[in-house]
Amino acid sequence: MSEAIANQPLGNASAPGTTSSLLQVDSLRTVFRQGRREVKAVDGVSFSVARGETLAIVGESGSGKSVTAMSLLRLIPSPPGEIIDGDVFFDGRNLLDMTEDELRDIRGNEIAMIFQEPMTSLNPVLTVRQQLAEPMRVHHKVKEEDIEARCLDLLRQVRIPDPETRLDAYPHQFSGGMRQRVMIAMALACEPRLLIADEPTTALDVTVQAQILELLKDLTRQHGSSMILITHDLGVVARYADRINVMYAGRVVESGTALEIFEQPRHPYTLGLINSMPRLDASEKARLIPIEGQPPDLGNLPPGCPFSPRCPFAVDQCRREDPPLEPYQGQHLKACWVNVDE
Amino acid sequence: MTTETTPAAVTTRATTTPPLRERLGDNKVLGFIGRLIKQRPMGAFGAAICILLLLTGIFADVIAPEGYNHINPIDRLKPPSAEYWLGTDQLGRDLFARIVHGAQLSVIVAFAATTLSIVISAVIGITSGYFGGRFDMASQRVVDGWMCFPDLIILIVAVSVLGPGTWQVILILGLLFGISGSRIVRSSVLSVKQNIYIHAAQSMGASTLRILVMHILPNVMAPIIVLFTTRLAAVILAESGLSFLGLGIPPPAPSWGGMLSLDGRSYMFQAPWLAIVPGVALTIAVFGINMFGDALRDMLDPRMKGAGSGRYVAAVRRDRPSSMRPAGGKAQ
Amino acid sequence: MGTYLLRRLLALIPTLLIASILVFSVVRLVPGNVLDLMLSENDYSASSHDTRADLERALGLDDPIYIQYFDWISDIVLRGDLGESLWRNTSVNTEIAERLPVTIELGVLSLLIALSIAIPVGVYSAIRQEALGDHLGRSFSIIALAVPNFWLGTMVVILPAMWWGWSPPNTIEPFFSDPIENLKVFLVPSLILGASLSAVVMRMTRTMMLEVLRQDYIRTAWAKGLRERKVVLRHAVKNAMIPVITLVGILVPILFGGTVIIEQIFRLPGIGQLLLDSVSNRDYPIITGIFLISGVVVMLVNLLVDLCYGLLDPKVRYDD
Repeated sequence: MSEAIANQPLGNASAPGTTSSLLQVDSLRTVFRQGRREVKAVDGVSFSVARGETLAIVGESGSGKSVTAMSLLRLIPSPPGEIIDGDVFFDGRNLLDMTEDELRDIRGNEIAMIFQEPMTSLNPVLTVRQQLAEPMRVHHKVKEEDIEARCLDLLRQVRIPDPETRLDAYPHQFSGGMRQRVMIAMALACEPRLLIADEPTTALDVTVQAQILELLKDLTRQHGSSMILITHDLGVVARYADRINVMYAGRVVESGTALEIFEQPRHPYTLGLINSMPRLDASEKARLIPIEGQPPDLGNLPPGCPFSPRCPFAVDQCRREDPPLEPYQGQHLKACWVNVDE
Repeated sequence: MTTETTPAAVTTRATTTPPLRERLGDNKVLGFIGRLIKQRPMGAFGAAICILLLLTGIFADVIAPEGYNHINPIDRLKPPSAEYWLGTDQLGRDLFARIVHGAQLSVIVAFAATTLSIVISAVIGITSGYFGGRFDMASQRVVDGWMCFPDLIILIVAVSVLGPGTWQVILILGLLFGISGSRIVRSSVLSVKQNIYIHAAQSMGASTLRILVMHILPNVMAPIIVLFTTRLAAVILAESGLSFLGLGIPPPAPSWGGMLSLDGRSYMFQAPWLAIVPGVALTIAVFGINMFGDALRDMLDPRMKGAGSGRYVAAVRRDRPSSMRPAGGKAQ
Repeated sequence: MGTYLLRRLLALIPTLLIASILVFSVVRLVPGNVLDLMLSENDYSASSHDTRADLERALGLDDPIYIQYFDWISDIVLRGDLGESLWRNTSVNTEIAERLPVTIELGVLSLLIALSIAIPVGVYSAIRQEALGDHLGRSFSIIALAVPNFWLGTMVVILPAMWWGWSPPNTIEPFFSDPIENLKVFLVPSLILGASLSAVVMRMTRTMMLEVLRQDYIRTAWAKGLRERKVVLRHAVKNAMIPVITLVGILVPILFGGTVIIEQIFRLPGIGQLLLDSVSNRDYPIITGIFLISGVVVMLVNLLVDLCYGLLDPKVRYDD
């Protein structure tokens, strides 16, 4: 199946010679091993991110979206995790072929990450100054004497009030939203060309969520950086993403522009996600329709399409054969045998 | 990290081990032994040592019928031989027989003192944890005060008051470890107490004694069992340490620690097996109990289980060589 | 910080009071024995105390028990006086003060050895799980946990003496007048005691490091592009040390017990030897004194451990 995807002339994957895409991922596979059990967390995922573009990866928890993000920088704890196949080209260089030293130059420098849990992602025993200065020091981006000024500047950029006094504070003295701002400041320290934000707002209050996302959007626009925004919240995606990949059971099941995905969802799973999302413009009669059933066990997938047991449209072919991700219309791709028109 | 256990995952995990299940049926004990051997081979090895120790203790009189104090002045300080497997001591006593009877003594002291200590820990820990309030405050202050003192100092002082002897040692060790162990029982009682079924039982008007025995005790059994095994090793070490100092079980009783004591030091230079053999016996016994105890703790207390955490530099292992250029390999 | 310290010291008072009652009542459980023992000894029958009652009065043993306790504790609190030895004509204070330096040096040296072996090996063992070094380190700690230190000590005294005629020296030079000679005496005993302590610390360090290495902030550190050395030394070790410090607090009483045994094996004139001598001739004032001192030392060390937390864990604040 991976070959099928790998050999697809993918609409959105850059054609030969195009230099517009900053990141190109091809048939990436990551597994976790527990004894003899093997969990295929990412199972043949391909996509690309253009310069200055924001790509959203959407899916339920356990769909492999976080593992995909971690695999790009090889931030998979190993053991038990292992990347078993695929290529990740960043600006023409394959991250998966790099030595540890080469990879280290990319991490935090060219590609930076923001994690889901601001409460635990900062080291509790180091001050904000120590943690903020670290990426600049290791990547020699800023001269030693300018580091303090740069730290203050970064804290101002992420709109932390009173940065001079906050610089020497410890993470536990910050609220969740403020910590996530510190994380963002840290990620932006070396002006990365790609920012990977793994559910950056999930752990935060609703009011803070919008602020953080606005901030991310503003800052990436200012720097002209690309962003991969990973979320399970379609509402977030609608406002901030240019393009969307919908993931299910470790694969991309639908891919398209934000407009295409929202206006013409072509995969029953995407449809389900949209129907289960509360909308302001919905009529009063419209009810939220949850997706039936449970996400599949990645160590033991059903035959055929992994969504088939939960799919209201499933036909016999779905239970036998796994649908490849194929163009539906231009750059709008779907992995489904059935034509879901309405 | 994103592999949350869905209900489906739980059922499949259970069904991936059918052969073992079928072979062992639903027998809890056999199932436990099966899991022990499969998941913790060192623990199973430790358990085997414990069983060997126990059997040696029980059948000491069969294995070495001449007893531990059969003096034979002609065969003084004989090295190990076919006749005396482990050699003889300064009184011509067979060291093998003394080690075997020493195992018996260790087993008796270890089980008696540990049982006593667990009973004390459970009584103090459960009452203190369950009733809370002033009673808890007062008893915890006393436990605090008691725990300031080094174990060995308490033991030495207590022996100086009660005098040496098997029963004194059992009593003192039981009390000593009982009081310090009550902390562990108390803290598990405190967490169990929060559970809704305890409130349910209280609101249904169950008597306090009933709640303590029927609801609290079964739920703190896991830490108590773990405490029991770890205490066994501690008791054996403490008893042998005391006997080594000449304050434990007095000669001619064959305490392993006593055999190593300073009184026999001068003979050890001529007959090093006198120093080596009891130490090896002690080490093996403590090693076995430790191994078994560790495995038991990991299996009963899932929080302590050390899951693998690798370095965040994922291995990349591909069957095929990677494509050389970003867009080269795949577009026809 | 100052007020915090004061508050902690004040909080020790009730514990100390309970501890002193424990000490006092344990030792006074069988006062008759002392009298009988003393009366049967020549020293006392020849002295002016002919009768049991005289002796009892002279030792203050005829007062009600709470008066005896009150006398005893007020001497200690008001004058720092632990009493007189029953047999030697010296004060308990002098006896203890003479022996204490030996025990302290042995203890401190052992602890230093234990920590300097255990922490690096424990850290290494955690970052290279299942590597050869990890297996060696874990095997060592498993064995060291099972080998009783008195046996190890005995072997070290006996085997080299048999093979090479070497025996550990035991004439102690004061550390500050001749540190080399002094260390020659203390090195082997401290190594033995240190090795058995290091097993526990090593295990704890490894477990805590594994726990810390799983944390999100370690992933953040990797994501910044730090090299492994920095991730481990700067981000992991400090966090892992916080619980290890607690363990040191727990180890101190065990260490105290260990010094008693090691002093006996190597014939070092420390507190442990004084205690054992006093036990064999039932010199209760000395026993009581040592008992009490050991408790106070443990309490003070625990206080010190709590203060150390503040250096490692910024969440610990002293001023609230």
